[in-house]
Amino acid sequence: MDWLWELIGQQAQAGCMAVQGGFVGLMGEGDAIAGNFCRLMAGAWLTVKLTLISLVIGFALAVPVALARLSRNPLLNWPAVAYTFYFRGTPLLVQLFLLYYGSGQFSPELRELGLWRGMFREAYFCALLTLTLNTAAYTAEILRGAMLGVPAGEVEAARAYGMSGVKLYRRIVFPKAMRIALPAYSNETVFLFQSTSLVSLVTLLDLMGVARDVISSTFRTFETLIFAGLVYLAISFLIFSIFKRVEQHLMRHLKGAGGGEGQSAAGGTKA
Amino acid sequence: MSFLKTAAAAALTVAIAAAAQAEDMRKVRIGTEGAYPPFNYIDANGELVGFDVEIAKALCKAANYDCTFVVQDWDGIIPGLLADKYDAIIASMSITPKRKEVVDFTDKYYNTPARFAVQRGDDFDLTEGSGLDGLRVGVQGATIHEDFVRATWPKAEVVTYGTQEEANADLVSGRVDLVMADSVVLQEGFLKVDGGDCCEFFGLSYSDPTYHGEGAGIAIRKDEPELVEGFNAAIVEIRNDGTYKSINDKYFEFDAYGAE
Repeated sequence: MDWLWELIGQQAQAGCMAVQGGFVGLMGEGDAIAGNFCRLMAGAWLTVKLTLISLVIGFALAVPVALARLSRNPLLNWPAVAYTFYFRGTPLLVQLFLLYYGSGQFSPELRELGLWRGMFREAYFCALLTLTLNTAAYTAEILRGAMLGVPAGEVEAARAYGMSGVKLYRRIVFPKAMRIALPAYSNETVFLFQSTSLVSLVTLLDLMGVARDVISSTFRTFETLIFAGLVYLAISFLIFSIFKRVEQHLMRHLKGAGGGEGQSAAGGTKA
Repeated sequence: MSFLKTAAAAALTVAIAAAAQAEDMRKVRIGTEGAYPPFNYIDANGELVGFDVEIAKALCKAANYDCTFVVQDWDGIIPGLLADKYDAIIASMSITPKRKEVVDFTDKYYNTPARFAVQRGDDFDLTEGSGLDGLRVGVQGATIHEDFVRATWPKAEVVTYGTQEEANADLVSGRVDLVMADSVVLQEGFLKVDGGDCCEFFGLSYSDPTYHGEGAGIAIRKDEPELVEGFNAAIVEIRNDGTYKSINDKYFEFDAYGAE
């Protein structure tokens, strides 16, 4: 698989250089944006990658955390409460620095545990871990709220049909909760996407990191940040429209029905 | 009436005198980074101190400027000057052709060589061109050290930091294999202090005029040549009257000014 990624990378690089050549021709040799277009795009790719990976792993973590939050067993409930409380109650920057510079302080111990090379040594790993744990906490709260929002009548009806345990959750509670959670979750996704800009503070060259680098070598603060802002905006727009499509898909049975359970979707249409 | 006239005249005289004095003592806002010991940093009491700061105060006194300090992150230090947030940068800024396109510089007020620091006992191949293959070198971003390392050891992986302290922290933890910075900055701000015992200087002293330039100068907006002249005269004055030496000797065991 590696050779495939390498090939794609090379092709993307070559394609980007061609576009960059065009921009430089258009804007002139010294233009800060045109001359650094490919670096900025590579930064944007890292931003997207960090968002996607932490989103997927974060969601997978959030489901059990949300269930633990709902559990009456204190051994499950308390750790989940503490976890979501910490990650929602402290700034992401503190969490990031704690994991990055904090782990640096314990590098001998981490080395012994085999958690250093390829893991905590890498800024990428620390950033991904922080973002994942952070979004998992928020997503867990969203899911918990959504599961509490599933009408009791539907659960009762399911029980009357003899469903319980996993089957009840899989067939009734989760599908319904997903629909309720979707608007809040689309917000969380965009917040997470924008929060990735903090990783530039731990040496990563994401979109913001490259932009800072371009600024400090060209001193073109305004144009560079406007450009980076526009790229963030475009990707945010893409995320919103993807969620809109998903929402339309999940709500398709309500199309034209009007009223009914439509109230849960009311907050969902942003655009 | 004549009393009123006299009073008015007196008041006017005072006002003019005050205005004249204010003109005498030109107000100059000095931008500095405050995170680059021992040149400029915030001490345990929260005070801005260091070689740059003391030199700046001495220069202001010599030039008869009324100076105040503004602390600004390195990334935004030139944009801040251009945006008129302060009038001069005294922050160990090296005079380079690239920066000269954007700002004016005074003559240098010091010039010290660049060196590597590594964990004690580490040994690396520093052959220019082929050396440091696959190794990580930490530098403060957008500095001459970054440019120099990238050009001299193209096979090294350069990791850029916002401040030198962050780069040093990652040398201690082993995230980077070497850091490169000004020799004095490494010696005073890192190797000599607690937490710097892990590490030592490595390799030669580098002073390549193409990269390391003419030394550190004071950056000033291009439309203020009289401020450049004022500071230049002040540098000569404090060099001659012994003020420079007394400040220098508090910080270094050699003359940081370098070659005359």
